[in-house]
Amino acid sequence: MKTNESCVISPENQSVQIRHLEDIQSRPSCLRGKGVTKIFGTGGKQTVAVDHVDFDFHEGELVSIVGESGSGKTTLSKMLLGLLNVTEGEIFYQGKLRDISTAKKKREYWKGIQAIFQDPFSSFNVFNKIDTVLLDCINMCGGRHFSKEKKIELMTEACCFVNLKYAELTNKYPFELSGGQMQRLMIARVFLLKPKILLADEPTSMIDACSRATILDMLLHLRDETGMTILFITHDIGLSYYISDDVYIMEHGKFVEHGTADEVILAPKADYTKRLISDVPKIYEPWDLSTVKY
Amino acid sequence: MSKTVLEVRGLTTKYITRFHEDVYAVDDVSLTIEEGKSLGIAGESGCGKSTLALSLMGYYFAPLHYISGEIIIDGKSISGMDPDTVRKTVLGTEIAYIPQSAMNALNPTCKTRKFIQDVIHAHDPHADNKQISELAESRFAELGLPASVLDRYPVELSGGMKQRTVIAISTILKPKVLIADEPSSALDVSSQKMVIKMLRDLMDKGYIRAMIFITHELPLLYNVTDDIMVMYAGQIVEKGTAREMVFDPVHPYSRGLMHSIIVPEQGTRNKKLSAIPGTPPNLKKPPEGCRFAERCKYVVPQCRYNTLPMIEFEGTRTYRCGHSIQHLKEVYRCEDE
Repeated sequence: MKTNESCVISPENQSVQIRHLEDIQSRPSCLRGKGVTKIFGTGGKQTVAVDHVDFDFHEGELVSIVGESGSGKTTLSKMLLGLLNVTEGEIFYQGKLRDISTAKKKREYWKGIQAIFQDPFSSFNVFNKIDTVLLDCINMCGGRHFSKEKKIELMTEACCFVNLKYAELTNKYPFELSGGQMQRLMIARVFLLKPKILLADEPTSMIDACSRATILDMLLHLRDETGMTILFITHDIGLSYYISDDVYIMEHGKFVEHGTADEVILAPKADYTKRLISDVPKIYEPWDLSTVKY
Repeated sequence: MSKTVLEVRGLTTKYITRFHEDVYAVDDVSLTIEEGKSLGIAGESGCGKSTLALSLMGYYFAPLHYISGEIIIDGKSISGMDPDTVRKTVLGTEIAYIPQSAMNALNPTCKTRKFIQDVIHAHDPHADNKQISELAESRFAELGLPASVLDRYPVELSGGMKQRTVIAISTILKPKVLIADEPSSALDVSSQKMVIKMLRDLMDKGYIRAMIFITHELPLLYNVTDDIMVMYAGQIVEKGTAREMVFDPVHPYSRGLMHSIIVPEQGTRNKKLSAIPGTPPNLKKPPEGCRFAERCKYVVPQCRYNTLPMIEFEGTRTYRCGHSIQHLKEVYRCEDE
């Protein structure tokens, strides 16, 4: 069992993250989409939320999908999670066509893909204590028969990974924690479940700048430790640049640009990307408010 | 010398919980804002930014209670007034507030035009509906909002549009001071820019005379406000101009905040972000001495029991720390090297 001290992520002992994965393109594909489309409504009142998008996420890659509100990011993530049906197109999971036609198959699929949502306050069952939340995860991934000591050891390790103290969390309810702590608890859940893919839908947009850095570093650490694919969905292009290997830019349901983080952010080609970057308030260059059109 | 619009001296307010415990959320806060200036307040969640905003309006209702201090708007003291008088004579005309979640600030069952009429009737029951409509239309046009918004329900507006509508409504009576409490945190970058442009327009056109902008996004504050004040656990820890605070923060906490900035610029990617470890203190039992001592890298034993006052330096700046300015600068210089 790890001790509390050895696994605390502090600026001093934090390992240098592997930020540029050279062999990413040669890795096997984890999740691939071909012409994925989602249309809401029928007849005359149709809204095309996601419009024939193609993507290929490799194993161990940290990909971010960036776009403004209403660009279809969340709809796409819901389709990837199997919470929404795909109107047209195909999604391949680990090289095979994804089949979630029955409840049993869907449950099996969810063992491989997990999510962290935007609002930590509504992500937990308010009636369950934190122990129950974590125990459920152990039971879900085949640890039902483990001894009590083993289960506590696993839970302690998971809490320790996200810099929380298990002893202080026992017998507490999720709402007794702060937003940042709750989001870290979500990451502890993912650490226990060890899915192939983690879908993080704006995990830092509701917490302050100070806890945000901690969460981002934990996601990077999680990827390095377990090798899972992380899809980071955000509207903040700065965060995506900091954290990801590959960036997809989404506008009106379509991917307008795709490439490595350095290519997309430092040398953007699409006008939309250029606008997104110029709209972020920066410190070292003046922010131009005169060009804003309502 | 320009005129002072808002002056606050030693404001202390507390929450009284169900179990009769006192939570000192705003502790001895003093600030002044001059005509045409804006002040940014930064700090992490739970440090008392929003409570300070509520306290500044002089509008106290349980569990928030006023303890001491003075709030002076344009020469008139509003502290100690009863809530009903404050609501009728101060809110909207002297000081206005933009809440964090504009999405919930509008009435879902009435159109914007009706909502504006209600707002104005609350201050002047005899106001003519036609004149109100004309005022609303001209103000919306000046602020770049389409007139069609007036005849729509809030559900028909996008998030950014709702936020701008709320701003237009809260400043319709030309308040002297506007408090914007994280008006852009829930918006994407493009809508955020529109909201900021609108706030700047309001200042430039003279509809508001001073502004307080609360957020945890420091690059945003740097681009929007003239001065920045950093709060920690209910107290001000450092105050200075935006430039000084971003490029040369003195207090260890302000420095920690500046180091957690992420912007899409070359060099961000390989920079190590230094998050401040630990959690803020429990304000039910605030620690004696420096409140930041528990999380501070440069803590020395006397930090934990010496009560710290705000110390002035370089003429205009103030900070609250047990270490001398020379010592801190020396330590930072060594660290950077």
